[in-house]
Amino acid sequence: MRVGVYVCHCGGNISEVVDVERVAKAAGEEADVVMARDYGHMCSDLGQKLIVDDVKEHQLDAVVVAACSPQFQGGTFMSTLKTAGLSPYVLEMANIREQCAWPHADAPSEATEKAIDLTRMSIAKVRLDEPLVERTMPIGKRVLVVGGGIAGIQAALDLGDAGFEVHLVERDPSIGGRMAQLSRTFPTEDCAACILSPKMADVPANPNIEMLTYTEVESIEGTLGSFDVTVVKKPTYVDSATCVACGLCEEKCPVSVPDEFEEGLMTRKAIYVPFGFSVPNKNLIDASVCLRLTRGRDVCGLCQKACPHGAIDFDQKPERETFTVDTVIVATGYQIFDATEKAVYGYGRFENVVTALQMERMIVHAAEGNPIRPIKGRVAFIQCVGSRDEQVGNEYCSRVCCMYASKLSQLLKRSDPTRDVYVFYTDLRAFGKGFEEYYKRAQSEGVKYIRGRVAELLEDPETKKVTIKAEDTLTRQIIESEFDLVVLSVGLCPSEGTEGIADILKLAKSPDGFLQEAHPKFRPVDTLTEGVFLAGAVQGPKDIPDTVAQGSAASSRAIRLMNQGEYALDPIAAFVHEDLCDGCGLCADACPTGAISQATGVPTISEALCTGCGICLSACPRDALDLHCYTNDQLLAAVEAALKEGRNGHGTIILVFADDTATYRLADNVGTGKMPYSTNTRIIRVPSGSRVTPKLMLRAFELGVDGILIGESESKSSPYAGSVEAIGRNVSTVRGVLESEGIDPGRVRFTEFVTVMLGKFVGELNGLSEFAERLGPIPHDQRETLGRNVNGKLFGA
Amino acid sequence: MADKLVISTENEAFLARITELSGETITVCDQCGTCSGSCPMIAEMDVTPSQMIRMVQLGQREVLDSKTMWLCASCFACTVRCPRGLDVAKVAEALRQVTLRKAIDRINIRAIPADELAELPQIALVGALRKLTG
Repeated sequence: MRVGVYVCHCGGNISEVVDVERVAKAAGEEADVVMARDYGHMCSDLGQKLIVDDVKEHQLDAVVVAACSPQFQGGTFMSTLKTAGLSPYVLEMANIREQCAWPHADAPSEATEKAIDLTRMSIAKVRLDEPLVERTMPIGKRVLVVGGGIAGIQAALDLGDAGFEVHLVERDPSIGGRMAQLSRTFPTEDCAACILSPKMADVPANPNIEMLTYTEVESIEGTLGSFDVTVVKKPTYVDSATCVACGLCEEKCPVSVPDEFEEGLMTRKAIYVPFGFSVPNKNLIDASVCLRLTRGRDVCGLCQKACPHGAIDFDQKPERETFTVDTVIVATGYQIFDATEKAVYGYGRFENVVTALQMERMIVHAAEGNPIRPIKGRVAFIQCVGSRDEQVGNEYCSRVCCMYASKLSQLLKRSDPTRDVYVFYTDLRAFGKGFEEYYKRAQSEGVKYIRGRVAELLEDPETKKVTIKAEDTLTRQIIESEFDLVVLSVGLCPSEGTEGIADILKLAKSPDGFLQEAHPKFRPVDTLTEGVFLAGAVQGPKDIPDTVAQGSAASSRAIRLMNQGEYALDPIAAFVHEDLCDGCGLCADACPTGAISQATGVPTISEALCTGCGICLSACPRDALDLHCYTNDQLLAAVEAALKEGRNGHGTIILVFADDTATYRLADNVGTGKMPYSTNTRIIRVPSGSRVTPKLMLRAFELGVDGILIGESESKSSPYAGSVEAIGRNVSTVRGVLESEGIDPGRVRFTEFVTVMLGKFVGELNGLSEFAERLGPIPHDQRETLGRNVNGKLFGA
Repeated sequence: MADKLVISTENEAFLARITELSGETITVCDQCGTCSGSCPMIAEMDVTPSQMIRMVQLGQREVLDSKTMWLCASCFACTVRCPRGLDVAKVAEALRQVTLRKAIDRINIRAIPADELAELPQIALVGALRKLTG
């Protein structure tokens, strides 16, 4: 092993505080170090050339650069190593600018000691670096889109147009989703069916799209680049090739049931076409109500006799189909809030209380000249039904109800100005483009907005008119007024299909029950599972333009992964020491992303799925699981190196395991801000705090550290699912062991950070340092006993 | 001209006191009026329950002069319906406490004749003692 160490002056930024020559000299005394220099600007062309030349001349096989944060120049020096013909992964950086020179500028001798320690730690780690090569994986151009509403349609069409192979799966008999039921769209008042139907027709016409309606996803196995999908196509009992939807069968069918598309306001037959412009536009038989299919072969069969094309086929069976895709887009949408859950509004009991979706259908039919029922006299809309209401468990705002109520109310008013239309609301949210103007238009048409949430409804048993009880909170008067029709502006809830697909793909949910995006700002349509994307209301309530934008965004994100034909794998992934593994499978259970599969024997880990969180390492009782670039041996060697000179004149040594997403960058920001903190702290960079196993912490205590702080990105902005919970568990395990050994459990701490919590970081570090100072070092004999007992206490014998 | 509402640190102190006494986060009320629409005693009140909460939010001590919290029957209709999960009845109780803690007895239990005491419904007695004695 031949290691080269380069200590950077950073043009004085470092060398004005840290004695760089001493650092280089100390580094030169470490085992395997054959070259140790200090230099003005390591990141300059000349500085990089120094490394390249030394690698060749001195046959270096690993390099340590003691300079700034790897967040700034890590990429630069990785390229330098590549130029020199080495693996970019045999590089370690000792961060002696942000962690030494800058925060400890007022304590130069401590800053130098710390710089020597950090450089030693990097040397210890680089000795064990594996010369990993960046690997790529071939990837195809096949996509599964789950859900055929407007989000899924948009995604499928974008992908199909771009030449990708799309399988669009829809559980209902037609694509189109909820938008197909709407009358007009706010704020432009386009006819929803008129703008949607051409898009629906484009789907089967696109040669790259396989449209699978009346089909459900049964299972999805595998990872990015090879998701094996099994779908089940439900029988329609009608041969779609011969059926022309002439309707003769429907005339004969004796069974009438509520029509879902008409929100139960009308009936359909057991054999039916989903709706006028459905795609596909074919008949199907509802097996749950058809007399033949529920009662037996010799019953009814009138449709079969009526069909002039012989299309009816009672022998159809569910068909299973399997195919493989490279990426998946989940667009399973929403369903409206079940208004019967808000019992005080009497939905389902009071004749003249309807949902807004029912009102959409009523307006469509009225506009076509075939009203389902008369809409006369006085109409009231009640806002926030099932939204912003903790009593029904929905804290969130559904975002669209203010505007659809403003739309429906003015459509009613405009088609008959003698109607009195009122909207009872709490807050009016008109935030979108053209929304405020549209709200004003409703007001100018004579729609009256009353600021008060409706407390209860009463039905007159004779007239069936409905009395609304509410406070007009602007005048503080109680309103008790009678209306002919009350419309409930129901909120949006996660659809029934969302639950199933979330289970199948192991996707995380946010507290509102909708699916969780990978990052609320920068990865709004990604999930934490690589290659799986979200589009539309499955991620949260949204209107049509936002949904369509997400459909396009998800397809674009999927194309980004697939377009190159190959996919670069992050080498920071878990791996198995096969000689230590006994095949217990605990790691597979612990993995939050399903990257580990294990039937018998040694588990296999998908590099594509593994995020490198390291949670599996803590689950393994035999130390068989490990993480590339951050192995157990490497981190322990770094801890040992930090303690090489004992406590270096300090009373105590504090170890900080800093996650790469937040804490490590936060420490950089603290350094850049020149905020001093306790000089006895040694920071070790890890991908996630969940990589730090209880055993690693306990071994560090055994080796002589006096306090450990684990810093992790707040769970809502962490890229690692379940990391915060995992660290919580690990820390409490360690505390338990420490306590049983008579060591104060307060020596190990865990804090969630974001990169801007500068004061909090300094406070936590100083707090732990002062705490450890007060307690003093852990006595030698206690550390020895701890070392002997670690395995037994963690894994029982 | 309409009265001017001046919001000073004293107003904040009053809000803080009622918050402490009630244990409720009164500032989360978004003034939807569900409590008022649900209140069975509303016809008798000079200030509606939602207005009472608003006055507390703004720290208006004048709310103590209103009849509202004394008319509150503690039926909890407001509490079970509040979409923000605020226990409105508890806030009313806190407002009563501000006065009650001055330890002023408005009835003298000893002055009530024994035969009347025997006749009075127990619940009325308990309510009267709770609301009208210090």
